Amino acid sequence: MNVPDNLRYTTSHEWLRTEADGNVTVGITDFAQDALGDLVFVELPAVGRSLQAGEACAVVESVKAASDVYAPIAGEVVAVNDELKDKPEAINDNAFAAWLFRLKPANAGDAAELLSPEAYKQNIAAQT
Amino acid sequence: MLKRTPLYDTHVAAGAKMVDFGGWDMPVNYGSQIEEHYAVRRRAGMFDTSHMRTVDFSGGTRDFLRALLANDVSKLTPGKALYSCMLNEAGGVIDDLIAYWIEDDRYRLVVNASTANKDIAWMQRVAGERGFEVRIEPRSDLAMIAVQGPRARELIGQVLPFAAATTADLKPFGGAFIDPALTPGPSPGARGGAWFIARTGYTGEDGCECILPGHDAAHFWNKLKAAGVAPCGLGARDTLRLEGGMNLYGQDMDESVSPLESGLAWTVDMKADRDFIGRDALKAQRARGNLRQLVGLKLLDKGVLRAHQKVMTAPGDGEITSGTFSPTLGFSIALARVPAGVAVGDAVEVDLRGKPVAAQVVKFPFVRNGKALI
Repeated sequence: MNVPDNLRYTTSHEWLRTEADGNVTVGITDFAQDALGDLVFVELPAVGRSLQAGEACAVVESVKAASDVYAPIAGEVVAVNDELKDKPEAINDNAFAAWLFRLKPANAGDAAELLSPEAYKQNIAAQT
Repeated sequence: MLKRTPLYDTHVAAGAKMVDFGGWDMPVNYGSQIEEHYAVRRRAGMFDTSHMRTVDFSGGTRDFLRALLANDVSKLTPGKALYSCMLNEAGGVIDDLIAYWIEDDRYRLVVNASTANKDIAWMQRVAGERGFEVRIEPRSDLAMIAVQGPRARELIGQVLPFAAATTADLKPFGGAFIDPALTPGPSPGARGGAWFIARTGYTGEDGCECILPGHDAAHFWNKLKAAGVAPCGLGARDTLRLEGGMNLYGQDMDESVSPLESGLAWTVDMKADRDFIGRDALKAQRARGNLRQLVGLKLLDKGVLRAHQKVMTAPGDGEITSGTFSPTLGFSIALARVPAGVAVGDAVEVDLRGKPVAAQVVKFPFVRNGKALI
């Protein structure tokens, strides 16, 4: 299972990347897309919405099941990947390229508290 | 440990994602469920359905099956099949099945995997209690491969020269035994024992279900794959059957509901003066009236309808029994059990994870032979 070294992770299978401007980009992991199967529908949060860490803010739905996506850290939604509305399968094709939304973090240090790639690998190894 | 079909090693070697399906270790997909779905709608795909149970009958079978089944096997001609429910005394559905009349007093039934043992126990009980002299022979030695899609029969003929002529000539719901040892011409991979090929399926496409000796299954599967037939898992089987408007036992109906409330009234033959199990209960239900009905739903909003979601209609609440995203149509469809009085065209609402969304009552099947019907 692909787990890139330059990202942070959650136990609920989101990935997070800190961008040069301090905002963070969020998506779901390769493990998550593989477990869900073919994605057919993505619901994204409204731009401007303020999220608490752990708040359900998006839905990814496959032929098999619907799954909530949680905000990895607190922050305000500054952008969403609208292309996914017509092409949800882009997440199956490359889960780490097909981001869901960007947050302006409430606290700059929060992202560093998330799982490291190593810790996330151990987390998914325990589930398979 | 989970049970395995003769094709288990073939699935694992092909990288299939395996899941526990009613106690069987079965492939849910080999990569993309949607690609497998399209393979069946556009060309040909194949499913390992060896977990389903073939049961052969001989002896006083005709009278026995006329008492056992809600549909009437006396409508059949030799080599033809019919779909039927097997009911309990209360009119609840014990299982749905296909019954083939082979010849004389020989019939073959194919029943669902998860209900097979219960079904056979029921059949033996009915035969015993009602004094039918019938031989009931469950065939755990057989494998079953469903080859489905517009090119399915052509490709079966290509890889099974000994069965090509028979397969090409089969009428819908027709079936035939073919013994490779008795058939002129080459019989690649067939090591003896009769094959049974029927023009039936569970996808809404043309195609065949092939019942064959378990030891021939892997070779046949690999030959089909080499000929371009796509291996398909249970995931695609479910989206295909739902588009095709076909019920799934345990989900769209079970022992607690009658076929009259499951969209299966057309499979119940009340015409003949025939005393089948469940008949009195169904007559009473009809007389009482106000029966719930199984309808099709089309989701007008974004999202995916799922089993057990609540459906709000003018006459009252109902429930989705099967729901999915339809790859062929590009939106979500469902089967739902709703109160009497709901009609095709009605606007209804579905509780989609706490949010009411708009849906419309539509006719089903939703898709047949690659074409959208709604």
